[in-house]
Amino acid sequence: MADFIDYYKILGLDKNASAEDIKKAYRKLARKYHPDLNPDNAEAKKTFQQINEAHEVLSDPEKRKKYDQYGAQWKHAEQFEQTQQHSSRGSSTGEQQYGGFTGTGEFSDFFEQFFGGGHSRGHAAYRGEDYNAELHMTLSDAYTTRREVLQVNGKNVRITIPAGVEDGQVIKLKGYGGPGINGGPAGDLYITFLIRNNTSFKRAGNDLYATVDLPLYTAVLGGETELDILGGGKIKLKIAPETQNGVKVRVKGKGFPVYKKEGQYGDLYVTWNLRIPTGLTEEEKKLFRQLASK
Amino acid sequence: MEKTNLIPANDFCTHYHVSYNVITGLEEAGLIKVITVEEQSYLQEDDLGEVEKLVRLYTDLEINIEGIEAITHMLQRMKMMQEQMRELQQRLRLYEQD
Repeated sequence: MADFIDYYKILGLDKNASAEDIKKAYRKLARKYHPDLNPDNAEAKKTFQQINEAHEVLSDPEKRKKYDQYGAQWKHAEQFEQTQQHSSRGSSTGEQQYGGFTGTGEFSDFFEQFFGGGHSRGHAAYRGEDYNAELHMTLSDAYTTRREVLQVNGKNVRITIPAGVEDGQVIKLKGYGGPGINGGPAGDLYITFLIRNNTSFKRAGNDLYATVDLPLYTAVLGGETELDILGGGKIKLKIAPETQNGVKVRVKGKGFPVYKKEGQYGDLYVTWNLRIPTGLTEEEKKLFRQLASK
Repeated sequence: MEKTNLIPANDFCTHYHVSYNVITGLEEAGLIKVITVEEQSYLQEDDLGEVEKLVRLYTDLEINIEGIEAITHMLQRMKMMQEQMRELQQRLRLYEQD
């Protein structure tokens, strides 16, 4: 059984509040918590739904009367319904309302059980519920444009994920959310991408960072090395003579693809990690001593 | 431009129970784009989500066009700052992992 909800408390009002007070309190809170003003804020959306529900009940004289009469003892409301069944019901405006508050198709269990899940605007059309989904992928996957089929509430949704999508990025698929009520438009589907790094590269925006070991002799004398890059293939990197440990070089255009900008890539930054040779032979040690004494 | 991607502004207003002045006001504020074809005003289908959002602010919250303009700019700034914050968090992670 659902818990009792204090609608007056939600709107910050007492039981003697006038219709005008209710309207004012609702407007004030709605302006603070409206989902359009708080994008990607699940907490604000939840609060807004509570405010909307409180308003739905307290702004309707019939619902408010029922709520006030039974309050916490609302479980006896059915008897109330029976005694009222011959009385006229005239609050429904029959108003067509498309769109309306986003995501307000949701009402609490308390509301559904107390008021039978109906809406005061009997024929009002409500926008369907927004759905949220998470899509897990690897950094290698995110490097190329991919086509995926997602299962959303039993339906197959084909999506194209452009190369360069970022960890935590959210995309909206309009109309793939819950169905609308009374002919209202369907909600939207929000997909959050969660990207796990399965490579030795680190990513920051469109740039990639790699730390590459550099043999002492190459660092001193200069040379060339090959590096595997994301997406397959190798690149040749020239090493300047007397390269110091920790020096960073930029390889232009060899980073991560720029989201929705085909052919554009970030840069790759390579940090040289100088490796001191170990297990030296006696001869090698002798040569190093000779160098040191000069 | 193909007409199939355009929605007559008058149909939009009828559907959402708003005066055409709202569309004019939003356009004058530079918040939406209205396309005129053979003296008929149209909205682009791709812009519909954004127009619906602005109209919701106008009808549901009774915010006037000037207020919506200010809110839109602030939301844009907020989005930009969130992007910057995400980027900075990513950069910070580079050092934390070392």
